[in-house]
Amino acid sequence: MTQSIDEIFEQVCTLIEPFNKKQVALTKESSFSMDLELDSLAVMDLLAEIEDHFDVTVPLNILPDLEKIGQVAEAIEKILRK
Amino acid sequence: MPQDLFEKFDAILSDYNQLPDDEGNPFKVSMEKVLSPTTAIINGRETILAGTNNYLGMTFNEECMQAAQDAVQNFGTGTTGSRVLNGTYDGHMLLEESLKEFYGTDGAIVFSTGYQANLGIIATMAGPKDYVVIDADSHASIYDGCAMGNATVVRFKHNDPESLDKRLGRIRRSDPEAGILVVLEGVYSMLGDQAPLRELTSISKKHNAYTLVDEAHSVGVFGETGRGVAQEQGVEDQVDFIVGTFSKSVGTVGGYCVSNHPKFEAIRLTCRPYIFTASLPPSVVASARKALKIIATTNLRTKILDNSRKLNQGLTEAGFNMGTNGESPIAAIIVDDQKTSIAFWGEMIREGVYVNLALPPATPNGYNLMRCSLSAAHSFEQIDFMLEKFSLVGKKLGIIS
Repeated sequence: MTQSIDEIFEQVCTLIEPFNKKQVALTKESSFSMDLELDSLAVMDLLAEIEDHFDVTVPLNILPDLEKIGQVAEAIEKILRK
Repeated sequence: MPQDLFEKFDAILSDYNQLPDDEGNPFKVSMEKVLSPTTAIINGRETILAGTNNYLGMTFNEECMQAAQDAVQNFGTGTTGSRVLNGTYDGHMLLEESLKEFYGTDGAIVFSTGYQANLGIIATMAGPKDYVVIDADSHASIYDGCAMGNATVVRFKHNDPESLDKRLGRIRRSDPEAGILVVLEGVYSMLGDQAPLRELTSISKKHNAYTLVDEAHSVGVFGETGRGVAQEQGVEDQVDFIVGTFSKSVGTVGGYCVSNHPKFEAIRLTCRPYIFTASLPPSVVASARKALKIIATTNLRTKILDNSRKLNQGLTEAGFNMGTNGESPIAAIIVDDQKTSIAFWGEMIREGVYVNLALPPATPNGYNLMRCSLSAAHSFEQIDFMLEKFSLVGKKLGIIS
């Protein structure tokens, strides 16, 4: 079953909530380092949650390209489509 | 104006500049004289060394020191070259034979540091079509080996068999033929926790993955003949590659990897951190070889763990929040805030006890740690002294009552 980027984005936002200590409003443009103030370790922990939720492999190799929440949703959509 | 290349370090330098400008600055500590494996002169004072990873006190072992001195006399101070050019002496070959004998493996390759062993083995072995699956709390050398190589890197939750199983299952589902290397550590250095190797290796084998175990902090400490946690847990036949270091229980410097893989020697022809660096000096090689022979038959292992239990128990009773339980040579106090942990370190060095201040991101769970590593060379009197000073400083800083 394919999911749209918007549907994936909504689910990613739910997964981010426990990491969103400052209760920042989340948009596709929200940045993990600048807006959410997550360090690379926290982003990796978040990716693990995302992997288990969508039952996909998200390799660490793509981490440098995932600065914004929208980019994560796009990456998951691409992996799910494969 | 062109970009200042160092501007990116402004934030970290600003943190650094807040450290005390005196002997309480952990980056400025230096050993003026080392008196024994457990004592040194620091800031003009005799200080107990409680954080050196010198698990068996091998740095001052007389046989090892004699072997090193003889090697300097006969072979000089250094090799000035790579193993594949002029840097292979008889000693290097003999050390690799000693490793094969110690582990009972067909192959052994010596590297110039433990860091380079992980870096080189992981980066070289796993190619563009392969996967490396690592524990989330892996040492920097493992992460760096992944970053240097071309494999797809997947990370599982620390010591969590279910998390590993899921990830290997997903990889196999999408890529049934892929080569997979699972990288584990026998003992994780910050909190001294052992990997559940029986479960983790059995899951790896279920998915036809290779396994590598880094025994840096466990060789010499665990296992009937000191081979490490894989031996202790009886799973050596499930481990394809063991990486280790000479810089802890072996008491010098250098790294290695041992394996029974029939094509293991190919590493010598392909591994850049093995080829493009100078080989270990003859004195180091000679003392490492001697130390391996001693480690295989020593009874010092029970002494380290007795020492660690005593320190861990004493610190727990004093009321400290401990990250360790005495089942490894590590004793680590968790300190709530970073500023207090830095002050704690400074007070301890003034009281004549050297420990490690370990801060995130080098620590798990964002912990600020006062980390001790025990040695078999510590006496109970020295541990009582450490406990007395920890209590004194802990009360002074209001960490314990």
